[in-house]
Amino acid sequence: MAVVKIQRPKLGFGEKIYFAALIKGFILTMTHAVKSLLGKSMGAKSLESSGLGVTMQFPEQRWDAQMPDYYRGAPALVTDEQGRERCVSCQLCEFICPPKAIKIVPGEIPSDDPWAKVEKRPKEFDIDMIRCIYCGMCEEVCPEQAIFLRKDYLITGLKRADMVHDKKKLYEIGGVRTGLVNKWNELK
Amino acid sequence: MPSYLFWLFATVMLSGGAAVIAFRNPVSCALAVVACFVGLAGLFIGLSAFFVGIIQILVYTGAVMVLFLFIIMLLDLKDEEKRAKALAPLAAGLSLVILFAVQLIGVLSRTANKSAPELDAATLATAAANLKEGGKIATALGEGRLPDTHLIGQTLFTGYNLPLQILGVLLLVATVGVVALSKKTAD
Amino acid sequence: MPDLLLQLAIILFKIVTLTFIVVLPLVPISVYFERRFSAIIQDRVGPNRVGIPLSLLGFKKDFHFFGLIQPMADGIKLFLKEDFTPQYVRKAFYWLAPALTVVPALITVCVVPFGSPITIFGHTEKLVIADIDVGPLFVFAIASLSVYGITLAGWSSNSKFPFIGGVRSTAQMISYEICLGLSIIPVLLYFGELNLGKIVEHQAQHGWLLLPLWQNGQIGLPDMQTALFWIPAVIAFLIFTISIFAETNRMPFDLPECETELVGGYHTEYSSMKFALFFMGEYAAMVIGSAMVVTLFLGGWSAGFGLDPLIAKLGIGGFQIGGLIHLGIFLTKLVGFILFFILVRWTVPRFRYDQLMKLGWVIFFEAALINVFLAALILAAPDLTAVILGTGAVLLIAVTAAVIWVAKTSEAPVKPLRA
Repeated sequence: MAVVKIQRPKLGFGEKIYFAALIKGFILTMTHAVKSLLGKSMGAKSLESSGLGVTMQFPEQRWDAQMPDYYRGAPALVTDEQGRERCVSCQLCEFICPPKAIKIVPGEIPSDDPWAKVEKRPKEFDIDMIRCIYCGMCEEVCPEQAIFLRKDYLITGLKRADMVHDKKKLYEIGGVRTGLVNKWNELK
Repeated sequence: MPSYLFWLFATVMLSGGAAVIAFRNPVSCALAVVACFVGLAGLFIGLSAFFVGIIQILVYTGAVMVLFLFIIMLLDLKDEEKRAKALAPLAAGLSLVILFAVQLIGVLSRTANKSAPELDAATLATAAANLKEGGKIATALGEGRLPDTHLIGQTLFTGYNLPLQILGVLLLVATVGVVALSKKTAD
Repeated sequence: MPDLLLQLAIILFKIVTLTFIVVLPLVPISVYFERRFSAIIQDRVGPNRVGIPLSLLGFKKDFHFFGLIQPMADGIKLFLKEDFTPQYVRKAFYWLAPALTVVPALITVCVVPFGSPITIFGHTEKLVIADIDVGPLFVFAIASLSVYGITLAGWSSNSKFPFIGGVRSTAQMISYEICLGLSIIPVLLYFGELNLGKIVEHQAQHGWLLLPLWQNGQIGLPDMQTALFWIPAVIAFLIFTISIFAETNRMPFDLPECETELVGGYHTEYSSMKFALFFMGEYAAMVIGSAMVVTLFLGGWSAGFGLDPLIAKLGIGGFQIGGLIHLGIFLTKLVGFILFFILVRWTVPRFRYDQLMKLGWVIFFEAALINVFLAALILAAPDLTAVILGTGAVLLIAVTAAVIWVAKTSEAPVKPLRA
């Protein structure tokens, strides 16, 4: 690669003395300060600021309305229109999970169950939210469209045990999801 | 000055001085010199020579010793710590000390044992009589304060003006010389 | 003997009140201001939550105080953190260094005049701890001792980046001490006095140095000499203020701790309260620097406009508490100047080290020297004949031209050294 010699800009006397730039800087920062005190900073409206700067103050104000559709929050399991657990405990998500946050104990569906032909569903399904990195690989790898990343972002707990989402909690977050491919519905 | 303060600062100064030669680590030595200077400044201030005391700290402690410390740190003198006690420098140092002590005793034994005059209003008023009436120094002396900064300025710029100017030129020449030596460039 | 004891008690009381109740709280307050003000400048909110957690005690709402308790929380946090000493540091110096940065900054408080004298029970007391005749020199002398703390911290950490930070700081502080000392010589010439209390009293009577708009209680334009002296006063003010920035290692000149190059500078290896001491020392130096600027140039505790005798006379019964109002005025000015410090920090980008050194040695040093000459000429003008005055003016112009020429040529690229 050829060496490009860059000519340093020739500074005039006024630029060398630096004071004009300094005063301009002060005016700039003070304009920002005054505007942010008045709640009129640039973008304050679209970011729903709290009236000071552009910042939203969290526990009182929530970001939920601005949340984009592609937001990746907590992973959760879903049921479909028929109320069937979609997960078949194939354990693909458990294997792919980079931080090894998912732990599945597979179980068999008893033969008297209407969905007995699915054969398997999870007996236990734990996601350790301390480990989860919200990468979305579980959602991507799931052949049954059973696990999705939802918009929940407030995952808090007072103990480590609180941070492990068990099956019940996961279905609670996930809820019912309609419009998915229902390959187990056709009669055979 | 209360005598206990004199003893305090004298102890600080002497122990600093002793520490300079006792410590192996050059940085410790430099800091001991600093302690010594601070003690000396305390003694000056105790003698009502505020200006001299403060200048002692400002120039020697705040500037000269910092530069010393700076150089010592940059050089990182590791050999100094391992150096064995050589006999010759020790003897030379001791003989110097003894010579100086003898001289000091000689001088002190010949001078009359005279204590400094008390800095009370009467002494200051007599001193004020020799100076210009209504001047800043005379007013301050009349009020019973010792304007030591003004007095030093007065003495330097009236009594010793020429030597002061010559000293200034000497320092300037030294500075110019350093710059000339360190900035030798090719033609 | 009781008289001596009373004297000692008063001195002790003054030290404790003025240092630990007036000045030391200014340190956390300026940290708080720094965080809030910078947040507002950057369209953020800043710390606004820490307060009194009344809801813990069963009340409905917490008491926030605009987050003013935040510095206290930070302090507690720093106390409780692990005090980690790296293994290969030079222990004694490593422990000594933080103390050496804080103590000088706090000692300098003792010559700052906080207000006019107050009278209680017929006993008049000056609101200054040590009313000595070498005020500004004392501040510079003691403040210059804080270089040791920084240098030792850098060296004893036994690590590259702190060492570079310490070296930079030493060079910078020594260079700017010269500008600092030279720049106030015109001011001292004008007042003919080194006692800060007297300097402020003079300003209260004859107008602040930068605002000489009243004379003995009468508002009006200054006389010719004072008006002319305003020029060197402003130059001195500029040089002094900018040198204070450099001397306290504040933002445009905070190269000893510039994060992008040196991690944390001289305090990289320090943690917990030792780090907090460096932090405190820096902010205390800033408070003292502001106090010096306010005292020398902006009238110290005086309210100005001929109001001071009125304020000083205020009192309830035998207590003349006008001094306390003056204390309030002084603190207001001080906080105002601290806010200016903060504004500068969040406005001006960091200088390069060679630019810093050039600014100090090539521009400020010469400018301060010429300024001394100019101020002396203006002050001596009434006593001089026209011929001497003219010669002086011509000499001044010649020296200025020479200095500008030297500064210009020093900018030319250096030719390579002879092999």
